[in-house]
Formats: sequence, structure tokens, C-alpha cells
Amino acid sequence: MSNEDHSALYMKIFGWLTVWTVAEIIIAMPQVGVPRGIMIAGLAVMATIKASMVGLFYMHLKYEGKLIWAVILSPLFLAAVICIGFWPDAVGYYARP
Amino acid sequence: MDVSGAAEAVAVPTKKPYSFTPGKLAMWLFLASDAMGFMGFLGVYMVLRVAAPLRVENLTGEQIAGGFRKIGDPAFGIPLTALMTFVLICSSVTMVKSLAAVQRGDVKRMKMWLGATILGGLFFLSCQVYEWSHLIHLGLSPATNYGATFFFLTGFHGLHVTCGVIYLSCIFRRAMQNAYTQENHSPLELVGLFWHFVDLVWIVLFTVIYLMPEPVLRASQ
Repeated sequence: MSNEDHSALYMKIFGWLTVWTVAEIIIAMPQVGVPRGIMIAGLAVMATIKASMVGLFYMHLKYEGKLIWAVILSPLFLAAVICIGFWPDAVGYYARP
Repeated sequence: MDVSGAAEAVAVPTKKPYSFTPGKLAMWLFLASDAMGFMGFLGVYMVLRVAAPLRVENLTGEQIAGGFRKIGDPAFGIPLTALMTFVLICSSVTMVKSLAAVQRGDVKRMKMWLGATILGGLFFLSCQVYEWSHLIHLGLSPATNYGATFFFLTGFHGLHVTCGVIYLSCIFRRAMQNAYTQENHSPLELVGLFWHFVDLVWIVLFTVIYLMPEPVLRASQ
């Protein structure tokens, strides 16, 4: 892949990031009336897609080797552990009368 | 033999422009540890936010009228923070275009895009200062758990943006001294990694803090 191709790709990714951001704002507007569960799930999915785009293309993870990927995936695993650890607290608040 | 060897040396960066360096590994290790810190703070924020409506009852009528029930609601602060998000995304583009320019050997454009990235970071910080002063004026206090996690999370990110702008400025200064060339531009790639990480984290924070609805208040509606 040549550098010229990369420049075009960067602008394409920029366009998609803008589109996803606008889509996020639209579905989060109360006037649109998206059900709460779908809204939260949709926002989480779109944020993940946007973050992945930045990581893969702007941070060039798409072109990196296994070592860098191992460095990235380790904290993601630990982040999942943190989320699981916080889960009982969040559920506890919901369970309060 | 020498000629073919030279041709091969030139061809390698074209096939694999982002080669592995110890500096890059160190930066990725730093970013990985930083990401864990952000995840921890984000987890605390989300747990306290679930509990936030319980504390909203303690707010004065004036504070509630000022919008504090609506933090996290699209009606509160979205235009400004959406603009901040857009500017940060733009600064990511200018950063990556700066790197692409130096990889092409276009040093002039590399400097131009790098300068634009710094301006984007400064604009973001200015907006954040305005937002904070607005919220503090309305009465949101870091003395509450919710306020503390809000200010800490956005402030921690703002600190990263500040460090990023300083880091970028140092690289820009070196760039103005013509320190980076098509063959030697590793520091530019490293500062780019840091800056894109700052952008990536904001993408998550913008969604979680500003766009996601308040759980209990909406659920009870």
C-alpha cells in the first residue's frame, strides 16, 4: 500500500468518524424517541466502532505485529475484569428500594 | 549487488511503513497502562452515575433548574462537546497527515499539519475550560461523588490533552529545526500514537458521559 493510498484512507476514515458521531448524537436525542436499551447498546457499539477505527487506521494497529497486539490485548482483558468487578456495585444500586 | 541492496532498502518502508522500534513498544506499553487507568476511573464514574439520581434529590431547586438532572442528557452541553469531539477527530486527521507527509518526504506539509494539530488541541482545551467554568458557575461541585468523578475523568483527559499539546509543541520545535526527514521521523510517529490515544479515549468519554441517558431517572419515567 502506497502512502497516497493511505492519505485517501485517512480521509475516508475521517468521514466515517464524522458520520458515526452525528449518528450517535441523533439517536441520543430524546425527540427521536429511541428506546433506552437500544440507545445505550447502539451508542456503545458506535463508540466501539469509532475507537476501533482510530486504533486500526490512525494508530496503524492494522499493520502491526503480534507483539504490539499482545501489549494492547492485555489491558483490554484486565479492563474486562475491572468491569466485572464493578458490576455488583452497579446492580446493588438498582436493587435498592 | 550494491544497487539492488539500495533498492531493497528503499522498498521496505513502502511495503511496511510502520516498522517496529523499541520506542514504539515503550509508547504502546505506556498507552496500555494508561488505558487501564482510564478504565478504572470510567468504571467508578459509571457506578456512581447509576447512584447519582439518588443524590439529585439533595440538590436545590435552583441547581436542578440549572440542568444538573440533565448531565448526561443530550439536552445538556451536547453542541459544545460535539464540537470538541469533531475538532479532536480533525486533529487526529491532521496528525496522521503530518506523518504521511514526512513519509513522502514533504517536510513543509509535515510542519503545516503538525501546527494544525497543535491548534486543534488548544481549541479543545479552551472549550473544556469554558465548559468547566460554566458547570462550576451553575453549582456542580467536585465535593460530591458524582461531581468528583465527572471533573476527575474529564480533567484527567484534559491533562492528557495538555501533555499532548506540550509534547506536540516540542516535536514541532524540532521539526522547525529540520530534525525530521523521510528516513528519520520516529518521534513524530510516537507523538502521533499518543495523540490518537487521547482522541480514542475522548470518543469513549463523549459517549459515556454526555450521550448515554441517566439510568434510573429514565427508567422511572
